[in-house]
Amino acid sequence: MSESTRPRGAVGAPIPKLDAPERVTGRIRYIHEIGLPRMLHGAVLRAEVPHARIVRVDTSRALSLPGVRAVLTGADVPLVPFGHGRDNTALKADFVRCIRDEVAAVAADTEEIAREACRRIRVEYEPLPAIFDPEEAARPGALRVWPEREDNLAFNYHYDHGDVAAGEAESDAVVEGTYRLHYVTHACLGTSGIVAAFDSDGRLTLHSVTQVPFLYRRDMSRIVGVPPEHIRVIQAAIGGGFGSKLDIYPYEPIAIFLARATGRPVRILFDRGEEFRDSPTRQPAIVHLRSGARRDGTLTFRTARLLLDNGAHTSWGATTPFVMMQTFSSLYRVPHAAFDAEVVYTHNPYAGSFRGYGNLQATFPIEVQLDELAESLGIDPLELRLRNAQVPGEVTGQGLVFQSCGLAECLRTAAAASGWEEKRRAYAQAGEGPLRRGIGMASMVHTGGGAKIYHSDGCGTVLTVDDFGSVTLVTGATEIGQGSETVLAQIAAEELGIPVDRFTVVNSDTQVKPWDVGVHASRTTFIAGNAARMAANKARRKLLDAAAEQLGVPAGDLEIRDGDVVRASDGKVLTDVGRVVRKLHFATRYDVVTTTAYYEPPSAMQDPGFKGNVSPTYSFATHVVEVEVDVETGVIRPLRVTAVHDAGRVINPLGALGQVEGGVAMGLGYAMTEDLVIREGRVLNGSFRDYKLFTAPEMPEVDVRWVETADPDGPFGAKGIGEAPAICIAPAVVNAVYQATGRRFRSLPLRPERVALELARGEGEE
Amino acid sequence: MRQILRLTVNGEAAESLVAPHQSLADFLREDLGLTGTKHGCDLGDCGACTVLVDGEPRLSCITLALECEGREVTTIEGVARDGRVHPVQEAFDRCVAAQCGYCTPGLVLSCVALLRDNPSPSEAQIRAGLSGNICRCTGYTKIMDAVREAAVELAGQAPSPAEGSRRD
Repeated sequence: MSESTRPRGAVGAPIPKLDAPERVTGRIRYIHEIGLPRMLHGAVLRAEVPHARIVRVDTSRALSLPGVRAVLTGADVPLVPFGHGRDNTALKADFVRCIRDEVAAVAADTEEIAREACRRIRVEYEPLPAIFDPEEAARPGALRVWPEREDNLAFNYHYDHGDVAAGEAESDAVVEGTYRLHYVTHACLGTSGIVAAFDSDGRLTLHSVTQVPFLYRRDMSRIVGVPPEHIRVIQAAIGGGFGSKLDIYPYEPIAIFLARATGRPVRILFDRGEEFRDSPTRQPAIVHLRSGARRDGTLTFRTARLLLDNGAHTSWGATTPFVMMQTFSSLYRVPHAAFDAEVVYTHNPYAGSFRGYGNLQATFPIEVQLDELAESLGIDPLELRLRNAQVPGEVTGQGLVFQSCGLAECLRTAAAASGWEEKRRAYAQAGEGPLRRGIGMASMVHTGGGAKIYHSDGCGTVLTVDDFGSVTLVTGATEIGQGSETVLAQIAAEELGIPVDRFTVVNSDTQVKPWDVGVHASRTTFIAGNAARMAANKARRKLLDAAAEQLGVPAGDLEIRDGDVVRASDGKVLTDVGRVVRKLHFATRYDVVTTTAYYEPPSAMQDPGFKGNVSPTYSFATHVVEVEVDVETGVIRPLRVTAVHDAGRVINPLGALGQVEGGVAMGLGYAMTEDLVIREGRVLNGSFRDYKLFTAPEMPEVDVRWVETADPDGPFGAKGIGEAPAICIAPAVVNAVYQATGRRFRSLPLRPERVALELARGEGEE
Repeated sequence: MRQILRLTVNGEAAESLVAPHQSLADFLREDLGLTGTKHGCDLGDCGACTVLVDGEPRLSCITLALECEGREVTTIEGVARDGRVHPVQEAFDRCVAAQCGYCTPGLVLSCVALLRDNPSPSEAQIRAGLSGNICRCTGYTKIMDAVREAAVELAGQAPSPAEGSRRD
């Protein structure tokens, strides 16, 4: 790429991503492009039935296949339990409890041979009765997924503030309903994979797609019995993350066991079918929600009872209530709130984390029910939301501190930009013919700077200004395509006064980069951004001190602009930073300009009642969606989405727009097309043909606006934006469909056949 | 039984022994090391493996290598012209049309073909031209921006032989 076509700029500049040239030329290396000398290819054999005793595994026909180098079963590897519930193992020895369960694995000269060898393994199963309905699994006396446990209850969460009974007594209107949220999957275009290689000292190098390299190293150590300090994690370019790579999944230790068994590097890559069937889903949920308000629209209380299907093993899906309750307690001002969630084992596949981490499932019932409440009170949905919107400085019942809060401004801006009032009025008159239009809105609150679920939610940075005035920023943070490299470089560039195009960001090797919690909870811009800024500030001061000494002028009279050291008073260029560093190396101090910083956000771990300010900041958004519904075919066409976000100061408007537009597409898929169909524990639609993502022709116009609150603790006022855009699309769609059809849907997705059927059934609610 | 395959890839003659069932995508990636072509689904659903065969977009995951005997294949590695990346790639870069980037090579080739056949596509034609490529990150808006920008850029340029001529 010629330099002239790539604009320069620091904070606030809409510049292209630093890594874009590598991506648009196809040169960047994903896990599929990582190959090592003598590398073998691994494949995994999974359960054929959702619940069975493994009677016998006969691997002889696999071992006899030329090119097969190792076959492992549950009898051959350590079965160290792992995962949030310590209920998963790399391979399963005695029982399978869901169709994802790993029974055997092969390493062979080619992927083709490895997969063929898997097909030749004969597993004799004694099929056992299974339980797939979480409501049934929650009942006393239900068939237990783990017989050694008392019941199927894996986890439960209780949260409350205020006095719900008192709130209910003050209510003029109370509405309640049950909302059902379905399985969807990340559908990353780059499938999952790993390359595991031991060196001659028994040290382990993992080429991985993990979003949490340091926690991964720690947890993997326990599973495979290699000291954590002997595990090096090198992150390949990640072909889509969205939370799917936040946990360790069994194929990863399996690759390590195969590498150990063969003494050769082993790569395992998922094919698309495995990616659909065998990688984590979004957490499904059944939510019973009840809420009330006074005649003037002031919310009085909110109670939620949730039932979550844990599947047979526990991944991060089971912990999504932690995020859900923040929305139940703190989306709008609610004086009294109670939240109970039960997570129950079934023989279904298990859910992981997925962009929004439970918040889509929480925001959907709340925002759909708010419209119902507005209707029963005769108040416009916008008015009801504005009446209950928080203001800056507010501390919620859960103890979340909204030190910056643009929720009301998001609502007003979204209404104005979308033509809310006129369209709401126009569409209230039911049209003639099969095409009906409606407009709906929904808002959201989400952590905008991490969540303190470990004792640290911090990030480290090492920054070097070299002898030619270039900057190497080594950050603990992880790039998953969201543009963090560029944003971090912009923040450091702004602080340092050296242009972004002189930056190289290094962020993919645990042997090189300092510690970080990982890429999740919309934390990177805020936390890694602050760390980068701190390191840049130290480097700037060091450069200015050195320049002052070299030039014989007070440091206070100098500034760094565009890589030059200038006189602050008139901008006269006195020297440049490369020259300052060279002199520092050779003449004056015999020193380098390498600085370190560690940023720990001023957030708190919550108490046992889940109270406390878990994030240093929160992001807000309002989405308005306009739809056209064909009431005969059930086809819903989204016409226009207005997405207004308070992500604080926007560091890179181009990158941030991309986050919002992509999140809107993902949210529309959740609302209307995406549905991972799981029946009797089996995934029935494991392909892009049967699992429908939005494509270009279906995308509506997306009008993105910013409410740029300046967060006092954010780097240059910024907050996180990664998850927010996916969160409140679905309820806005449902609310718009209600205006268009008079039908209030309480479950997703709104696929045409279902919409047509429901509309044909006649008036009323689902 | 492996067979001899002779074809032109990115302007260079190639001759190779390939298995009858080997896909074009595998041949490009494994035999020629042209790993910019991506496996997304291996079922012809997602478009990540799109390459040009005699100038036409083809899903290389469901095209047999042997079907390309005597043909001219262009991959993402071959769209650069005169040592410069293609205007479509430049526009993808400038517009932030690539987030994770995994779908990008296939999309770039779809767009190159779209703009060659239709130098000033309408909104609907742009959308239709992208309809065979799935992107999970961007919501397609920035990709559509890139197509519009590239169209303007290409309108000011003469066609280059490196793009390959269309053979019907």
